[in-house]
Amino acid sequence: MREFVRKLLISKWSKVAVFLLCLAPLGYLGLRAYHGKLTANPVEFVQHFTGDWTLRFLLITLSVTPLRKLLNLPDLIRFRRMLGLFAFTYVCLHFLTYIGPDQAFDLRGIWKDVVKRPFVTVGFLGFLLLIPLALTSTKGWIRRLGGKRWQALHRLIYVTGLCGVIHYYWLVKSDHRLPLLYGAILAVLLLYRLGASLLKPRPAVNTMRAAL
Amino acid sequence: MLIRKEGELTYADVTLKSVYFNRRQILRAMGIAGAAAIGGKFVSDLASPESTAQAGTKLNVTVKSPLSTTEKPNTLDDITHYNNFYEFGTDKSDPAKYAKNLRTSPWTVSVEGEVKKPAKYSMDDILTLAPLEERIYRHRCVEGWSIVVPWIGYSLSTIIKLVEPNEKAKYVAFQSLYDPSQMPLASHAGIDFPYVEGLRLDEAMNPLTLLCIGMYGDSLPNQDGAPVRLVIPWKYGFKSIKSIVKIRFVKDQPPTTWNRYAPNEYGFYSNVNPNVDHPRWSQATERRLGEFLKRKTLMFNGYSDQVASLYAGMDLKKNF
Repeated sequence: MREFVRKLLISKWSKVAVFLLCLAPLGYLGLRAYHGKLTANPVEFVQHFTGDWTLRFLLITLSVTPLRKLLNLPDLIRFRRMLGLFAFTYVCLHFLTYIGPDQAFDLRGIWKDVVKRPFVTVGFLGFLLLIPLALTSTKGWIRRLGGKRWQALHRLIYVTGLCGVIHYYWLVKSDHRLPLLYGAILAVLLLYRLGASLLKPRPAVNTMRAAL
Repeated sequence: MLIRKEGELTYADVTLKSVYFNRRQILRAMGIAGAAAIGGKFVSDLASPESTAQAGTKLNVTVKSPLSTTEKPNTLDDITHYNNFYEFGTDKSDPAKYAKNLRTSPWTVSVEGEVKKPAKYSMDDILTLAPLEERIYRHRCVEGWSIVVPWIGYSLSTIIKLVEPNEKAKYVAFQSLYDPSQMPLASHAGIDFPYVEGLRLDEAMNPLTLLCIGMYGDSLPNQDGAPVRLVIPWKYGFKSIKSIVKIRFVKDQPPTTWNRYAPNEYGFYSNVNPNVDHPRWSQATERRLGEFLKRKTLMFNGYSDQVASLYAGMDLKKNF
């Protein structure tokens, strides 16, 4: 069974399948648009839809490492970059919907919004922090930065996840179930990392030196 | 089933509303046919007819009100599928799905408190206390969207005059129906029920304040606050309390649901005011449903001539 799953994961088609799966929400949105089913407030609907999927992809991306370890399926790593880039894709659409249809490219108004409204500020921050991660997601950049530094930089996704959950929580009027659910999942994923790093046996100083 | 739906569209059914909804159903049926090749749950969800929870009784509207705006009303579809009615769920699409089983008959509105002639009105009473007027009002939600609705009803002052408030009555408190057995999603809303609202007596007496029992020529659809609600067009929408069961005249300013939940965000007055932002978002502009770009929000939602004098001398930044 494990062997079968492993073979499935490393087959070249698995990446294609995951790629298409990641596009499915966009396809669904397109279908709804085609059928004129974007509700009475299409701008708001698209905004919420792309925001929701940004958060979901952030959480899925952050699940890869724990799942690799817990399920003993190291090959899951093959999908992590793609999943992260899809989170970035959805947040870009989210951001574009905000500056375009929602704010009509009124840059002054947008800046006022970003500075004055905490939920916009924190959402914008989460978006900004994701940009360097998307830019340095290639093999070339891993090499240029070196594995350790690259990894440290990419821990920024933890902050983006937090920003996303807070952004959502502050936006909601009174029914906080969904933001709290996302927050709980994020907490589990981050606490797992904290626990793993605390439990990891530290290499003796001299072996580290030797490695350097 | 889909074919039956199309077959249902006979000339006998052709009234404004049935044409309207059948057109939708046919479009949806076509959607299913087109999507059938692709299949999948999302697609069928997408194309399946939603419940409309429409109330069907034609009302005898005799007066076209001079208080109406000449702006174009939103479609019935928009007004019945984009609702905030937290007793029936917090998503805008929830009330259309979950309010359809609300029992609106029998219904009694108890009018009580500091009045000389307290009364309990049945819906039949309410329907006949005064000639029914159509009033096309702008309606501005605190969330930053707005609609234009052809409401039906008459001024709340009609009833206030009948029950004769005594000299102690300074405010009017309103209460919505709360029946958890009919409102299973209410417990997730995050706000306390029953929903309560309030007005100063002079606000309640203002001719614009509408006791509303219908829209678009018919009795109110459940998701829009059947069978009887308030419409106060110069205040944010949440002041226009739905499905009213109690009207109580009181001495002191009564508690109101959203103010109790977040006093720094929702004031007792909650007059539409582009100069006083909600702490979390701007109130300077609004999106009229059906329009792409936002428009400027007007002071008192454009009803300054009728209501500005109610607040003469008041600091509206403080009394938001």
